[in-house]
Amino acid sequence: MSMLQENDPYMKDMKQVETAALFRQIIRIMEELRQGVKKPYKEVIDVASGDPQKTGMKPLSFVRQILAACLYPQLINDNKLPVDVRQRAQRLLGECPGGSVGSYSATRGMPDIVHRVSEYISRRDGGAWSNPENIYISPGSQWSLANIFQILVNTEASTRTGILTPVPGYNTSILSIKELGAVPVPYYLDEEQGWELHMEELHRALASAKGVCNPVALYIINPGNPSGQVQSRQSIQEVIQFASEKRLFILADEVVLSKDYYLSKHKRQSTQIQQVNTWTYVCNFLKVYQDTVYGEKSEFVSYKRVLAEMGPPFSDTVELASFHSASKGMLGECGLRCGYVELVNLDPAVMKYIYTQFSKDSCAPVLGQIALDVMANPPQPGDPSYPFYIEETQHIRTTLVHNVNRALTAFNSLPGLTCQPGEGGVFVFPRLDLPPRAIQKAKEAGLGPDTFYCVNLLEDAGVFARPGAEYGQKEGTHHIRICIMTPPDIMEELLRRVTSFHTQLMKDFS
Amino acid sequence: MSASRMQLLSPRSLLLLSRGRIEMGAQRPGSGPGVRSLTSPPLYPSSPGRALSSLSATRRGLPQEKMSENGVVSRPKVLTIDTMNPTVKKVEYAVRGPIVQRAVELERELSEGMKKPFAEVIKANIGDAHAMGQQPITFFRQVLALCSYPELLNDSTFPEDAKNRARRILQSCGGNSMGSYSASQGINSVREDVARYIERRDGGVPCDPDDIYLTTGASDGIVTMLKLLVCGEGSSCTGVMISIPQYPLYSAALAELGAVQINYYLNEENCWSLDINELQRSLDEAREYCNPRALCIINPGNPTGQVQSRECIEDVIRFAAKERLFLLADEVYQDNVYADGCQFHSFKKVLFEMGPEYANTVELVSFHSTSKCYMGECGFRGGYMEIINMDDEVKAQLSKLVSVRLCSPVPGQALMDLVVNPPQPGEPSYDNFIKERTATLSALEEKAKLTEQVLNTVHGISCNPVQGAMYSFPRITIPEKAIKEAEDIGQQPDMFYCMKMLEETGICLVPGSGFGQKEGTYHFRMTILPPKDKLEILLNKVKEFHQKFTLQYS
Repeated sequence: MSMLQENDPYMKDMKQVETAALFRQIIRIMEELRQGVKKPYKEVIDVASGDPQKTGMKPLSFVRQILAACLYPQLINDNKLPVDVRQRAQRLLGECPGGSVGSYSATRGMPDIVHRVSEYISRRDGGAWSNPENIYISPGSQWSLANIFQILVNTEASTRTGILTPVPGYNTSILSIKELGAVPVPYYLDEEQGWELHMEELHRALASAKGVCNPVALYIINPGNPSGQVQSRQSIQEVIQFASEKRLFILADEVVLSKDYYLSKHKRQSTQIQQVNTWTYVCNFLKVYQDTVYGEKSEFVSYKRVLAEMGPPFSDTVELASFHSASKGMLGECGLRCGYVELVNLDPAVMKYIYTQFSKDSCAPVLGQIALDVMANPPQPGDPSYPFYIEETQHIRTTLVHNVNRALTAFNSLPGLTCQPGEGGVFVFPRLDLPPRAIQKAKEAGLGPDTFYCVNLLEDAGVFARPGAEYGQKEGTHHIRICIMTPPDIMEELLRRVTSFHTQLMKDFS
Repeated sequence: MSASRMQLLSPRSLLLLSRGRIEMGAQRPGSGPGVRSLTSPPLYPSSPGRALSSLSATRRGLPQEKMSENGVVSRPKVLTIDTMNPTVKKVEYAVRGPIVQRAVELERELSEGMKKPFAEVIKANIGDAHAMGQQPITFFRQVLALCSYPELLNDSTFPEDAKNRARRILQSCGGNSMGSYSASQGINSVREDVARYIERRDGGVPCDPDDIYLTTGASDGIVTMLKLLVCGEGSSCTGVMISIPQYPLYSAALAELGAVQINYYLNEENCWSLDINELQRSLDEAREYCNPRALCIINPGNPTGQVQSRECIEDVIRFAAKERLFLLADEVYQDNVYADGCQFHSFKKVLFEMGPEYANTVELVSFHSTSKCYMGECGFRGGYMEIINMDDEVKAQLSKLVSVRLCSPVPGQALMDLVVNPPQPGEPSYDNFIKERTATLSALEEKAKLTEQVLNTVHGISCNPVQGAMYSFPRITIPEKAIKEAEDIGQQPDMFYCMKMLEETGICLVPGSGFGQKEGTYHFRMTILPPKDKLEILLNKVKEFHQKFTLQYS
């Protein structure tokens, strides 16, 4: 027997609800397709993760050109790349120790980039104060989250630490909580009301922790993952009041926002230069979209901003960690692995340990830091890269809005499938109401109805979606999660496949 | 209270805290109140015997400091020193510790025009080759640039082999882009290339790509494996054997996980060699109070630079087998071997050549990275680990654990692929690749010898040969008076020494206490990475400083 069999009890608790089986299935199917085994489809459409580039969305050229020039500085000296790209690359290399992206950066990230990210946050939040010393760039928001959990969760206390977590919620974060032996205390979002967060539910959840664990923090995902709702300013205020009253640390996972500042600033400048067309388009966007926020009435507001605007006593007491990343939003650079956390109102004595905590990860990947820098400082009107950058970002927004509308129409027209209008984020999370015979069949196969659905959807239709069980769902309800950041033609093909699969399934089991 | 903590405060609260310190009677000679204390050396964090160092300001009756600036006394925090995870308090990471934070401050002060006895800060504290001017391998960067912006594939200035490699890498990425997530374990084709590299390196010993995990630098792999190994409480708590001196990542990770650190001492008198009797001693003692389950080896050594002989590796493997210990072999410096007669032997190779009795049973994980060797690409955070003889059920747990990080950075994976599969003879980039690699490695060899040689000319410094890796770890004699003065201000004597050196010469080193050392001995770690001319100046400055310091405190 191997000595590692006597394992950490919490590790065994890290359930992934049959996901492993789905991943094995997709590997097998891909392999079969490669070997020419006949299937009703030629390719699998993988919409299982929020990964736009995997499904064929193009990265922003400006980001990639800068990366290429930083990687191979000879490109700075010839004219293959636009001049603003080369200038930016030169400046960034000047900020890297030894002028190379191959050197380590400081623990918090490259100081100049951290500084610019801080300025970006401040602009995004209507001028709210942001201190670069409170910002840590890491290899993705999940790293930042895990580091903050590590500090918040008392792994030695006799009473386990509790963290209020949304249902449905992002499974990887929940795994990180469990990995430390802390207790996720579920609070349920209201599906019938567009996955809204109700205060009574937070109170109920907190009360449910009594005698079970010691709740210290409230984990919020806004815009929701997988549920896609966007919290209103008022809702955020209520949550902050709640956290203040109940003495909870707020962890705000805000990875699917970005660029909203960029839009408002753009509005100002384009007015100045009288670009009427752009102006109209920006006005539309201001009204309708905030990066990946696309619901008609939804405007993304950050927790930091609301907290600052609430003034004392909240603004100088409520402890907040806000997470953002280069993976979601307009950048969609998941593979670069970079994100940041901004910490607000933390005890300075604790900050010292947070520094050490992040130190031992050495630093975030430098290319990812550069992508974050572009997110914080996109091309400006007048820059050579500006028009194309606008074209590309506009294309992404248009695609997103188009896709979400198409998906809603298609899913809601199918019997047994209902999808709440998403307001933000890159996922839809339709609910499945399967016939009893299908549920029975799933049971016989030892699977939950949603997993059963996903397994068959993958096998029969070549669409890789994730079962709702991974994210938690109200008892008796079942969902699937689909990433909608795909090129429009892929989205059409996906909807065609889902529609035909679903119709057949309903027929077979009715 | 340490000054490093103060650096995080606004100037306003700083004054407040400084006053507090004086009220507490904890001020030390020569340090005035107020902003002046910012420039004084930080105290060593949580040094033993300093009960006050880990108390929160609240408990000392000071007003609560806050991040906001409007002067309202705030409610108590949710997260304070008293409520936070106690294991975090024990975590220290000297390579990026207070001395480095001070170095950054000095750089800022210099740039603001403040007068110092030196013109620049030289960071010889961290194994960061590019920061010290080492040039990247052209081929690697060409391929990565092509992968980042594939439109360049149409450009005739890039060599064909670079383009082919870029196409191959992109094809194995989701959506043909480095911007998509890879499988958590890493890109399949990269893991296959890593496996073939290991087979070549180890003279044909088979390697299964399924045993390869691509990681975010080697550190990520090490922490992940330790997480997997650590469990239990009290006397059943997992103990992990690490060398002293060690790389502080190990002690930091063990502290965070609440595991027991079991020290075994390397033999400085014999070129930091590893002695099996010492392993046995430390293990036997540890069995009294914990459950030792793993043995970590760093070869070539960090910070000590020794290269293990084949014989020694065999002994370690036999020892691990006999005592049922999981072996963790940190082999990130595998190309950095300089001393005549020394050669790198991987644990995997030796294990398999010892026959099935060992090859089929001893559990081993080996770590490698893109940050060291001749490439020195630290900023990409690329690395891999190979796991051998691990239980299948545990492997499943490992897969879950790595999935929490989603995946390692894809550009780092691509770079790892290039490292394990560089240009081949006959390909357009081959000659230049060999030229660049050889130049870097021979420069390092030269600098390793130069460092040892110059340091040994200093009375009061003795330096073992730098057989491998990237550091010298010389022993320094610190006069009694200096030790006394350091103790008076609650500092480790070698921290005191290094801090003084930083303030006077701008040279940033890491004190030996950050790595661990035999009681009563003092060291510092210095990289051999600065360019040769700069290194010569640096070594001479160290020499002068040491002489001056010795004189001053004798």
